[in-house]
Amino acid sequence: MTAIETRGLTKRYGEKAAVDRLNLTVERGELFALLGVNGAGKSTAIKMLSCLLRPDGGDALLLGDSISAAPRAVKRRIGVSPQETAVAPNLTVEENLELMAGVCGAGDPRARRRRVLAELGLEGEARRRARVLSGGWQRRLSIAMALVADPEILFLDEPTLGLDVLARRELWEVVRGLKGRTTVVLTTHYLEEAEALADRVGILVEGRLRAVGTPEELKALAGTDRFEDAFVALAAGRGAA
Amino acid sequence: MGIFSLRNTREILRDPVNLGFGLGFPLALLLLLTAIQANIPVEQFPIDRLTPGIAMFGLSFFTLFSATLISKDRASAFLTRLFSTPLSARDFILGYTLPLLPMCLVQSALCYLTACCLGLRPGWNLLAALAALLPADVFFIALGLLCGSLFSDRQVGGLCGALLTNLAALLSGAWFDVDLVGGAFSAVAGALPFKQATDAGRAALAGDLAAAAPSLLWTSLWAACALLAAVAAFRRRMREG
Repeated sequence: MTAIETRGLTKRYGEKAAVDRLNLTVERGELFALLGVNGAGKSTAIKMLSCLLRPDGGDALLLGDSISAAPRAVKRRIGVSPQETAVAPNLTVEENLELMAGVCGAGDPRARRRRVLAELGLEGEARRRARVLSGGWQRRLSIAMALVADPEILFLDEPTLGLDVLARRELWEVVRGLKGRTTVVLTTHYLEEAEALADRVGILVEGRLRAVGTPEELKALAGTDRFEDAFVALAAGRGAA
Repeated sequence: MGIFSLRNTREILRDPVNLGFGLGFPLALLLLLTAIQANIPVEQFPIDRLTPGIAMFGLSFFTLFSATLISKDRASAFLTRLFSTPLSARDFILGYTLPLLPMCLVQSALCYLTACCLGLRPGWNLLAALAALLPADVFFIALGLLCGSLFSDRQVGGLCGALLTNLAALLSGAWFDVDLVGGAFSAVAGALPFKQATDAGRAALAGDLAAAAPSLLWTSLWAACALLAAVAAFRRRMREG
C-alpha cells in the first residue's frame, strides 16, 4: 500500500528549481533514504512533504491526503524531526514530549511519553531541562518528540548529524525498530547510514531524482561494489538510471 | 492550544533573570521616584499620576518577553517543528498571547499595590485603572509577536529592550508633562499609544471614565493594528516554513 506518492512536485527559488518535477513512491512501512550532495533538494523535498513549504508545481499524496489541498489532515498523520535540534529549552524532557503529544492531538500523552522515554533510553534524563542536556541527548530528545504521537509517516532530516559513533548506532537501532510499522523518510549525508537502514534509496541531483532502488540495485546500476562509489558515480551523472 | 499556552507560560516563568528584571524594574522606579518626591519641595511625581505611567511603562517589557520567545523558537527550529503539527495560525497567536495577559495584569496589580503602600488611596478605581490598561496589554504583547516574527533574537533585544522601553518611558508622560516640551514631540507623543494609555489609566484612577474613553479608544486602535500586523507577519512565517 502506498504511503507517499509525489506527482511532479516542484519548488522554485527565483529561476532555480530546488526540487524539479519529483515523482516518487514510498510504500507503507518502508524506510526510504533520500541522498544528495548539499543543495540537492533533500530538505526542500522533506519540507514540502511535511507541509512546511508550499509546492510551486505538482502535488504529493500522503496516505491519500494532498499536501496542497488537505495539509491539516496530512499534519495529523506525520512526525517531523528537523535538521536542527528543535526542543523547548526551559521544559524538561518529559514536558517536551507531552507538549508534542498534546499539540498533535494524540490521546493519553503520559502513556506515550513513558513509552518513548523507554524506547529512546531517555528515562534517566526525564526530569532534566532540555537546555542542560548535551548535544547528543538534545538530538535524541528531538527525535523522540517526532515519535511521541506515533505518526504513520516519520520524516527524519539528518537525524544523526553531530552524534558520536555510539549514539549514532543506538539511534540506528531505534530507527530499525520502526521498520514495518512506521513509514520513514530519512535524509542523511552518512552513506553507511543509508546503506545500513534503508529499504530503498533515492539520489537527488540538482532537485531531480537521478536514481532510485535498493542499495544493492544502485551498486549494480553504477557497476561498483561499494555503496559510496555507487553514490559518487550516480550523483556525478555516470550510470544514471 | 492549551498545552502550547502552558509551554509558553513555563518558558517565560522559568527565565528568572528576565522575569525578575521585567517585574522588578518598574517597581524599583516607582520607589525611587517616590523617594525623590519626598525630598523635593515641588509636586513633581504625585503618586496618583506617577503610578498609571509606571504601570504602562512596565508593560513594555512584555513586548521583549513575547518577541524573545518567538524569535528564539524560530532560531532553534522549534517553531518549524510546531508548524508541522495540526496547530493553526489562530492557535499560535492565542498560544503566545494568552499566557502573557495574566502576567501583564499581575505586574500592573503589583505596581498599584506598591503604590498603595507608598500612599495611593485604595479604592474601586484601582480596578478601573487596571482594566484601562487592557488595550495597552494587548498592544505590547502584539508588538512583541510582530517583532519576534520579523527579527532575530539579537535584533529584538535592541529593538524591544532598549529602543521600545526608552520610547515608552519618554513619550508616555509618566514622569514629565510632554506638553511642556510641545511642538512635534508633543504631537508624536499624543499620536502614539504610550501617553494615551497613561492618560486612560490616570482618568480611570480618578474615577472619570468619560475622560478615559477617548484615550482607551485610541490605544485600542493601536492594539488592533499591532495584532493584525502580527497575525499577518506570523502567517507569512508559517507559509515560508
